[in-house]
Amino acid sequence: MYRVRLFATRHSRAFEWIYQRLETVFVALDPLFRRLGYNRVERVVAVPERWVKSFLFDCKMCGQCVLSSTGMACPMNCPKQLRNGPCGGVRPGGYCEVKPQMRCVWTEAWEGASRMKHGERIAEVLPPVDRRLEGSSAWLRASREKARPEEAATDKARAALAQAFPRARVLEPSAAPLAEEPPRAVNRGEGS
Amino acid sequence: MSLFWSDPNAIRPYEAPPPGHVAGSKLEIALRAGQFAVTAEMNPPDSADPADVFEAAKPLADVAHAINATDASGANCHMSSIGICALLTRMGHGTVYQISCRDRNRIAIQGDVLGAAAMGVKNVLCLTGDDVGAGDQPGAKPVFDLDSLTLIRTIRTMRDQGVFLSGRKITKPPKLFIGAAENPCVDPVEWRPERLAKKVEAGAEFIQTNYIFDMPRFEAFMARVRDLGLEKRVFILPGVGPLASGKAARWMRSNVPGIHIPDAVVERMEKAANPGDEGRRICVELIQQIREVKGVAGVHVMAYRREHLVADILREAGVARDERAENAQL
Ligand code: SF4
Repeated sequence: MYRVRLFATRHSRAFEWIYQRLETVFVALDPLFRRLGYNRVERVVAVPERWVKSFLFDCKMCGQCVLSSTGMACPMNCPKQLRNGPCGGVRPGGYCEVKPQMRCVWTEAWEGASRMKHGERIAEVLPPVDRRLEGSSAWLRASREKARPEEAATDKARAALAQAFPRARVLEPSAAPLAEEPPRAVNRGEGS
Repeated sequence: MSLFWSDPNAIRPYEAPPPGHVAGSKLEIALRAGQFAVTAEMNPPDSADPADVFEAAKPLADVAHAINATDASGANCHMSSIGICALLTRMGHGTVYQISCRDRNRIAIQGDVLGAAAMGVKNVLCLTGDDVGAGDQPGAKPVFDLDSLTLIRTIRTMRDQGVFLSGRKITKPPKLFIGAAENPCVDPVEWRPERLAKKVEAGAEFIQTNYIFDMPRFEAFMARVRDLGLEKRVFILPGVGPLASGKAARWMRSNVPGIHIPDAVVERMEKAANPGDEGRRICVELIQQIREVKGVAGVHVMAYRREHLVADILREAGVARDERAENAQL
């Protein structure tokens, strides 16, 4: 919901805190998830994750959540789906070029970031979205990637992307994931 | 110089840039030598005739270090930027190949980058692109697979690491001087310098801005840019252009995305007895003021349908480049 998502960026500091706690919990649960099998928990987590995040942030389930680096404003609500800041067409007062009745997502994002403890993370250059991961759980991906950041990539292309965006790989590892994906987390191929 | 390469043997192998340069374009050489550089935007033809490209480039070729070939700017369809660049490089002109993320995905873009480099392109400008709704075919599918920053980083990776974004090797990496855009006078004005910093971080080496008509806003932007030390890491070429009339200024302001023209400028245009002359005068004054701002490396002239005025404007502003003198030096 538009109003709720504006509320979230206005209170970005609180949401940042909640999100960090949540992440800590998910990272701690990694051994459990591994035992159960990430593929088995994928849907169990992805469904409620979608409810919560669409209510709060108008989340589009890109699967590569970067809210902590974008002032708690979901960049997928930008009609151009920009991941790295506003376009040059922002209207006076900070309204969107494409949808004039909507606040530019990136104006909100930068304002949100300025209220956050680690707002400087908005300066990170984030990689392009891996469109195969749409609809999958970003929370589980964060737990996979953060619990074992040194995991060697099984996929050469992913390793290359992580190398091209080295700082994003460190700060937002799920934006440049390396761990093997459970079949259900990938759009194409089995499990979809 | 012949119009086309008739002899395939005349195609020289891909040459290495001079030491200290990434591409060795006229633009890069001028900027690194500390000269006040000039780039100019060409009006792309709605035609398949190469003569129309040469005609459109004629008033700009001798006065600019590089001619910008727009990539369906405003989401209006014209001859492609890569086609224009291919023709202009055959004539020995410097070009800035503009790439917008609106119409092509990462596969198409990386392929075109190699194609452009092979045809002699040495400067690229990485853009997000205006929304399709702004153009003549609003029903088109917007792509936006990359954004301007990931595009910059992609080309940097191709050039410096010699690989595609997928990690696959490029046997002869493209030698390109990588540019990006900025729009200092539109909202969110307080974050524009930070966004510029991010573009520099992504790998941009020169910046061409959208139109500057508001000097106080531009100066505030540049003050912050200098605080961040960005002017030492990137060459900044502010955008200027002559307005045609008060009516045109109002129309641009409300119909073209990302254009900010203060009321004072619009009123000055409206009150003028000869709006054409006034627009030109304003442009000359702006260049003179912009030139004095610390951290500015040149200007980018966008004189849409008024390209014939560019040479005079530059001369009057005292920033015209002297091609003959430059050649004599070489
Ligand atoms: S104005 Fe903001 S939200 Fe709208 S397309 Fe541009 S960056 Fe995205």
